[in-house]
Amino acid sequence: MDNKKTSLGGRLASSEAFLSVAASLICIVIGLLLGVIVLAIINAEHAIGDGLLVILQSGIKSPRNMGTVLANAAPLIMTGLSVGFAFKTGLFNIGAAGQYTLGAFGALYCAIVLQLPWYLCLLAAMVLGAIWGAIPGFFKAYMNINEVITSIMFNWIGLYMVNDIMYGKGQSPMYDLATTKTYSLRKVAQDAMIPSCGMSDHFGKLQSVTIAIFIAILFAVIVYVVLNKTTFGYELKACGFNKNAAQYAGINDKRNIILSMTIAGALAGVGAGLYYLSTVAEWNPQVSTALPAIGFNGISAALLACSNPIGTIFSSLFISYITVGGTKLSTQYYTKEIADVITALIIYLCAFSMLFRSKIRALLAGKTRRTGLGKGGND
Amino acid sequence: MSDYIIEMLNITKEFPGIIANDNVTLQLRRGEIHALLGENGAGKSTLMSVLFGLYQAEKGEIRKNGEVVRIKDPNDANALGIGMVHQHFKLVEVFSVLDNIILGVEPATKHLGFLQKAEARKKVLELSERYGLKVDPDAMVEDITVGMQQRTEILKMLYRDNEVLIFDEPTAVLTPQEIDELMKIMKGLAAEGKSILFITHKLDEIKAVADRCTVLRKGRCVGTVDVATTSKEEMSEMMVGRKVQLVMDKAPQKLGESILSVQNLTVRSKRHGKPLVNNVSFNVRRGEIVCIAGIDGNGQSELVYTLTGLMKAESGKVYLGDRDISHMSIRERNLSGMSHIPEDRHKHGLVLDYSLENNLVLKRYFDKQFSSRGFLKFNEIRTYAEKLIEQYDVRSGQGPVTVARSMSGGNQQKAIIAREIDLGNDLLIAVQPTRGLDVGAIEYIRKELLRQRDSGKAVLLVSLELDEVLEVPDRILVMYEGEIVGELDPRHTTAKELGLYMAGAQRKG
Repeated sequence: MDNKKTSLGGRLASSEAFLSVAASLICIVIGLLLGVIVLAIINAEHAIGDGLLVILQSGIKSPRNMGTVLANAAPLIMTGLSVGFAFKTGLFNIGAAGQYTLGAFGALYCAIVLQLPWYLCLLAAMVLGAIWGAIPGFFKAYMNINEVITSIMFNWIGLYMVNDIMYGKGQSPMYDLATTKTYSLRKVAQDAMIPSCGMSDHFGKLQSVTIAIFIAILFAVIVYVVLNKTTFGYELKACGFNKNAAQYAGINDKRNIILSMTIAGALAGVGAGLYYLSTVAEWNPQVSTALPAIGFNGISAALLACSNPIGTIFSSLFISYITVGGTKLSTQYYTKEIADVITALIIYLCAFSMLFRSKIRALLAGKTRRTGLGKGGND
Repeated sequence: MSDYIIEMLNITKEFPGIIANDNVTLQLRRGEIHALLGENGAGKSTLMSVLFGLYQAEKGEIRKNGEVVRIKDPNDANALGIGMVHQHFKLVEVFSVLDNIILGVEPATKHLGFLQKAEARKKVLELSERYGLKVDPDAMVEDITVGMQQRTEILKMLYRDNEVLIFDEPTAVLTPQEIDELMKIMKGLAAEGKSILFITHKLDEIKAVADRCTVLRKGRCVGTVDVATTSKEEMSEMMVGRKVQLVMDKAPQKLGESILSVQNLTVRSKRHGKPLVNNVSFNVRRGEIVCIAGIDGNGQSELVYTLTGLMKAESGKVYLGDRDISHMSIRERNLSGMSHIPEDRHKHGLVLDYSLENNLVLKRYFDKQFSSRGFLKFNEIRTYAEKLIEQYDVRSGQGPVTVARSMSGGNQQKAIIAREIDLGNDLLIAVQPTRGLDVGAIEYIRKELLRQRDSGKAVLLVSLELDEVLEVPDRILVMYEGEIVGELDPRHTTAKELGLYMAGAQRKG
């Protein structure tokens, strides 16, 4: 146990945090390299200059682009937290998209129809998301119905229900016939907009840059504390690691399953609130026949961060960054979806992250063993 | 021709971080029964896996009839006439005995490959006759007894004309009567010229059948001895490396009031509605160890699950002291004075991915001592864990922060025992607490159970190990098909009598 004298390599090799970060970085680098190959297959001439470099540089090229990265990262952090939180409890919340949809409805309804201030709108988004997460949790806990199946069904139920209410055959008070979207908050509900606190001035007057990113980071910290410092987090993780042992220890696993899904839903709901109340976009009930991608990208963000809440902040920023890069690609050579392809490659590689971890560990530990020999063995 | 049919010379097999076999030599004579003795983790299974082609040794060579052979996989082993009965049988449950025996070497017509079962059946019946291996070739494996399943496994080897037969802990799943029969079969096989390698850690069985015995300890070969001229004590000392006291000195009993009282408890299977626990009544008093004996799967697990709250009873009452706990939650039962060392330490006993300290507070993390306002007190948990680790001698790589998964089975079990005993509850339910552990750990755990008894606690022990059933408790209750079929006094009973009850051949109200 006398580890104080062991070398830096040895300490890093036994630091889980370092290994996770290093493994994720390796995933990213290899993913980008494979991405270049994909770019080269599509259009070899422009793969580097008009492909990879655009993706990698656009995010910081202008203050406006940086603003876009931040504005898109905030909701992604929330859905990433949602998925990651459920993962820690041994549940796969593929329903973040549906909870996000309900959250969007809650936020926009309170904003446009009820004319409530932004924080109450955000609260409404949270509550509706929570309800939409709790229902699959309930089915899982009491009827042992797989949460993946119910969540997927609730994604679609939520989407069409929300579309229907927001559109209301064109009569809905939320629907702007002129734009065929929900009313722009900038026009009808400025109180409901999340304050920018002057941030937009630093990002090329991009109005959608608000304190949303800080709210998301705050939630990440809260989730981290709950999971790692509280008895509740202890119980949730015990259920996630070994449901039987948790039961044996007297932990109420049914209650924890429902709570975990409820919280996951609330986090996804807040994500939608941050997005729509920052006026990044309006909801388009007639065109929105696909589930919001942010819900699923949350899975990527959580995987890349090994479900660590703090890691999710960075993984979300990264995904948001290369997604913005993707939109800047010249359509002459590539489509913007190439960013999704690269993200997907990175996520696939995350499946190897265990392998990378053990390789790094062996590499570092190997060095330690060699340097440790002279000092007379450390085991 | 060489004296030895199989020789494993200077075998070294390493796994990352551990040398499982270190320069081990084992020589098997033709027609002998050769026991391979060692504690868990001594390298017996690794050595046999090398012989059977499941692992490749880094150093050393294997010879058959004096010639060096290379065994790359079990097919090579089979071609050399080496067969193995694994501890967990490798049978297809929904196939008949005959189908299982011929599986992989099915006789078929040359063209079109139609099965020729008649021929196979003839051969199987011949073998079964010749070696006294009674089986019904047409019975489904799922319907036959464990003993018959084992005979099926043996017939599988014989059908393939194997001459070297490896038995991996074959008696672990059998009743005393079945063990006797197996011993007879093994002797018969040896008499017919088969050579047998017999892996075990039970000295009585070695004494009963083996000619010679090779002892392994911590991956090294301690020596090969003649069984007839070596005492059990000597062999056990070779195995453990020191003198072991497995026969317990018991202090005189000081019986107190009843702690656990079970009345007419019945549990039904959700799947087929049959009673798993049938109208069971008994009680356990302060200062005594009561042992539930029986063959695995006769309702012991379900009985314990019901007592501890993991399963719901259909009818009947459970009292802890004078409180009716029949409808309490698991947490309430734990807090009312029940400690539980579970049957499956990986499934129930530990959160394997949690650190040792987190596991040590698994039942009390919510205590005022370890949390306040919903936040865990990490310093208190660390201090408490260090105290228990010291007191119960739980060994691990990094102390309190060691991930439980990386600990050895014996130390995992010690951690559970430390946690459960330190709860200070009046009742301790210990289910197979020594399963899969080495002799040193077994000795420790049995002594700990006795210490609990002597300090005035009530202990309910569930065990499948005969020697444990006969030596540790003050009273034995035998369970058969969900019922308690007899109560025995361990001082006045024999393994044979116990076996008759366990097999359902005898019962008394």
